[in-house]
Amino acid sequence: MSNMQNFSKGFFKENAVFVQLLGMCPTLGVTTTAFNGLGMGLATTFVLLMSNIVVSLIKSFIPDKVRIPAYIVVIASFVTIVDLVMAGYLPELHENLGLFIPLIVVNCLVLGRAEAFASKNGLIPSVFDGLGMGLGFSMALVMLGGIRELLGSLSVFGIQLIDMDGILLFILPPGAFIALGFLIAFINHLRKTT
Amino acid sequence: MEYAIIVFGAIFVNNIVLNQFLGICPFLGVSNKVSTGIGMTGAVTFVMTIAAIVTYLIYKYVLLPLDITYLQTISYILVIAALVQMVEIILKKISPPLYQALGVYLPLITTNCAILGVALLVISNDFNLMESVVFAIANAIGFGLALIIFAGLREHMDLMDLPKGMKGVPAALVIAGLLSMAFMGFAGLV
Amino acid sequence: MAKKESTLFNMVSSLVVVTLVASTALGYVYELTKGPIAVAKLAKKIKAIDEVVVEYDNNPVDEMYKIPIDGSQDSLEVYPAKKGGKLMASAIRSFSPKGYGGHVWLMVGLFPDGNINNIAVLEHKETPGLGTKMGDTEFKNQYIGQNPESFNLKVEKDGGDVDALTGATITSRAFSQATQLAFDTYMKGGQHE
Repeated sequence: MSNMQNFSKGFFKENAVFVQLLGMCPTLGVTTTAFNGLGMGLATTFVLLMSNIVVSLIKSFIPDKVRIPAYIVVIASFVTIVDLVMAGYLPELHENLGLFIPLIVVNCLVLGRAEAFASKNGLIPSVFDGLGMGLGFSMALVMLGGIRELLGSLSVFGIQLIDMDGILLFILPPGAFIALGFLIAFINHLRKTT
Repeated sequence: MEYAIIVFGAIFVNNIVLNQFLGICPFLGVSNKVSTGIGMTGAVTFVMTIAAIVTYLIYKYVLLPLDITYLQTISYILVIAALVQMVEIILKKISPPLYQALGVYLPLITTNCAILGVALLVISNDFNLMESVVFAIANAIGFGLALIIFAGLREHMDLMDLPKGMKGVPAALVIAGLLSMAFMGFAGLV
Repeated sequence: MAKKESTLFNMVSSLVVVTLVASTALGYVYELTKGPIAVAKLAKKIKAIDEVVVEYDNNPVDEMYKIPIDGSQDSLEVYPAKKGGKLMASAIRSFSPKGYGGHVWLMVGLFPDGNINNIAVLEHKETPGLGTKMGDTEFKNQYIGQNPESFNLKVEKDGGDVDALTGATITSRAFSQATQLAFDTYMKGGQHE
């Protein structure tokens, strides 16, 4: 597979959220606004990219039986770095994302890419894979966050369009499930017709 | 603190799956049958409670005194991963029937974010050891309740006539949304 | 390069190396971000204080003092805002454990006579779209200028004067409770001049 394919498959063909249904907890939990979705997406992309790089570099030094714990340590380290840096420089976003930042560790997407891709491929393909998967994940979160924000509070990226109350349901937890359900149905429809 | 409020709050009002969005993967992935739902709940209850106790002790007696709380995430996940392995080995030795029942679910639990989530929530809610145990058990019950109700609903869903695109996960998500809405009704009770 | 074999020595040593490198790197990042995190926290505190007190020329953070809460081991932090040495208002960092999602932390600005100047929300885990509206001026306005002596800090459902947020009675209750705690504690043990 070419690097371009490694990169682009994360957006549509193997999109983490829409197709593989990975990382659903943060997808549903933080997408009350498009901006929160973007923040979470980029934080995950960073962790994914860095852990893919490190795993692809150290894979031959790690005995098979302990590879999963070793990968988890690598991932947890980058998650903690994101956590600390965000607390220092983006305190407001850090507060909005809250518990879901440390929980990037258990995002199946990150460990999944380390195990399924980076541990079997070289540095360059792993970089493209990590970036593509991460940005595809971010795209899904921004879409879901955008839809929920638009319907729930009638605003886009924090800019109020109409000065009225939106459909509150979409900001509340049930709205997350329902909006994602219809979004995936829509993507399914597109994938079947193209 | 009032244990009743912790228990009721964790099971119904702030249900870990339907309100806090933790443990969604097993919720969507496993719960096609009521019986698997029950097995998974048993395994989660077991690991969640022990994990809450162990991580609480590590936080209070290692991380806090040494002023290295920034190692919280990394140490917790290692503890949970090790714990799951240990539980698996011990169960195999001392209670083969229980291992038969729970064994297949155990490996899935390391990446169940509900476990790590509860361990982290215990610290941010400032609970003491007893409260943490109660909180962990209550959350596990909340997880199980959501899982089992949902599995029951999905067993019926297979019989429904749906548009092609909606079949499977999308319909399951919409049903989860309706279930979550129903649980919001408990809010007024606390 | 061939994979390392899974001998006990290889397994243990590789895990030890990975963990050591990881924790050293984290310790380094922690030292680097310690400063900015402290600055961000302080900036947030000062912003909340500015929001709830009137003009001042002292440093409320330096002059912070604590008042113990009645019947509890905890105490509240009070930030006095002074102008020309005269106390203008005090910002009290108060809380209620009974929010919908746990603790609700507020910064309550009180004049020396106990009148409420303004209230800012510091930390909470309330439901987005419902409980989070406690920070909106529409809700807070009913508290501003009131004195809890005469204004009954309870939601209407409980026989008080507070018009609760739609769908967030618990949050409104916690908000009022935290304000009441700030008032009671300040009137009992705070500086009034």
